[in-house]
Amino acid sequence: MNRIPVRVTVNGEPTEHDVEPRLLLVHHLRETLRLTGTHVGCDTSNCGACTVLLDGEPVKSCTVLAVQADGHQVTTVEGLAAGDGRLTAVQEGFRREHGLQCGYCTPGMIMAATGLLAAEPDPPEHRIREALEGNLCRCTGYQMIVNAVRWAAAHAGETFDVATGPRQAEGAA
Amino acid sequence: MIPARFDYHRAADAAHALALLGELGDEAKLLAGGHSLVPLMKLGLAQPAALVDVGDVRELSYVDERDGVLAVGALTRYRDIERSELARRLVPILAHATGRIGDPQVRARGTIGGSLAHGDPAADLPAVAVATGAVMVVRGPGGERHVPAREFFRGFLETALQPDEMLVEVRFPASGVEPWAYEKFSRRAQDYAIVGVAVVRGPEPGIALVNMDSTPVFCAAASAALGRGEEARAVAELAAADGRPPSDLNGDGAYRRHLARVLTERAVRAAAI
Ligand SMILES: Cc1cc2nc3c(=O)[nH]c(=O)nc-3n(C[C@H](O)[C@H](O)[C@H](O)COP(=O)(O)OP(=O)(O)OC[C@H]3O[C@@H](n4cnc5c(N)ncnc54)[C@H](O)[C@@H]3O)c2cc1C
Ligand code: FES
Ligand code: FES
Repeated sequence: MNRIPVRVTVNGEPTEHDVEPRLLLVHHLRETLRLTGTHVGCDTSNCGACTVLLDGEPVKSCTVLAVQADGHQVTTVEGLAAGDGRLTAVQEGFRREHGLQCGYCTPGMIMAATGLLAAEPDPPEHRIREALEGNLCRCTGYQMIVNAVRWAAAHAGETFDVATGPRQAEGAA
Repeated sequence: MIPARFDYHRAADAAHALALLGELGDEAKLLAGGHSLVPLMKLGLAQPAALVDVGDVRELSYVDERDGVLAVGALTRYRDIERSELARRLVPILAHATGRIGDPQVRARGTIGGSLAHGDPAADLPAVAVATGAVMVVRGPGGERHVPAREFFRGFLETALQPDEMLVEVRFPASGVEPWAYEKFSRRAQDYAIVGVAVVRGPEPGIALVNMDSTPVFCAAASAALGRGEEARAVAELAAADGRPPSDLNGDGAYRRHLARVLTERAVRAAAI
């Protein structure tokens, strides 16, 4: 079986593996690198659950071959809070505004929203909806997700302690 | 959703890609953005024996103005066309229609050359190329040839490209392509058009329909009527009579003709001088 060396910088860490050319990037992330935060939700490139940033742009990692990412930078949902472990404003926004129910679409939504806010720090609501066109949610009806992204835009650059979310604060009181 | 096995080759530049295509023969396919090819391979609908990856061939990624044309490299991604000041200023219908393709993730990967070479009649850019009178620059073992967009699309997913050739550039007229309008009707976010229409009203008007036949449809009679200054309604009637619209779960042929009439009338009015 022919294998090809693939060097991808994932969440800031250089990685190198020999992979089959037909391996999809999403499977490389989930199975080779064991980063299972990125989900697979469809066979048809529609759902966006697999969205990651490739050189800073949101892409559907189920529609990119791992070999196509050779020499490039990938950021997955695990990479957002990396380093100090504090959550980004997008992650915290999804928590505060209840931007999820089952959570299946959430990593993809968060990556698509992160890509949007990097390009457009203060998007109007219709731009948020357009930017999330490639991401399907079967639970929320989207409004809470849009609210979460608006919350994130209003708190750009801030980071948040995982332990001090609103629920814990209420529980402690 | 796992593609069948294939041999993988990465091209360093366009010359290398052409050499590889020559060596590997008919069973090899170019891989640009992969957003038509990879979905087909995942579903088992395409099983190329070899792929020649041109995705990182940066020399064919540019939007330039030269000699009265807007020259767009075949490997320019949709995102870069959408964001190009030059494209927005000189051929706004191209920048606009590109921004309406699929979703942001698709636009981060797909290339103009991939869309045109794939030749899907439901795609947006083939109709824009036909309406504007663009010219395809095709490179092969024997050198370069120029094919007008109106002669490039030959059948369903079939173009004038030979297996050992590659599309390297698309040239749009840099003037005379305004006013314009692009109308696309689809029922869900990120869908292809059920029907779409590109209208360019310049000195040489062009009207082209999306998803009304096995190729993009150049509406010669409607374009001429537009040039004579006929009413939007009359132009739209002529456009809607063109093509042999397919029937599928999104609509039958009669519904598509209805959409073509309504969308063309709307587009012609929007492209008022
Ligand atoms: C979810 C989703 C939604 C979409 N929605 C739309 C939509 O609304 N409108 C629309 O127009 N498209 C849509 N598309 C298709 C998308 O535009 C594709 O990216 C595009 O059709 C192909 O471009 P590519 O660069 O990805 O080509 P690839 O998939 O890499 O290649 C496509 C074909 O063209 C050949 N090829 C590629 N480049 C060249 C070249 N330079 N010379 C010769 N042959 C070449 C390849 O060998 C292959 O046969 C959608 C795709 C997806 C996944
Ligand atoms: S898994 Fe559904 S778009 Fe990638
Ligand atoms: S929260 Fe369940 S799919 Fe979005």
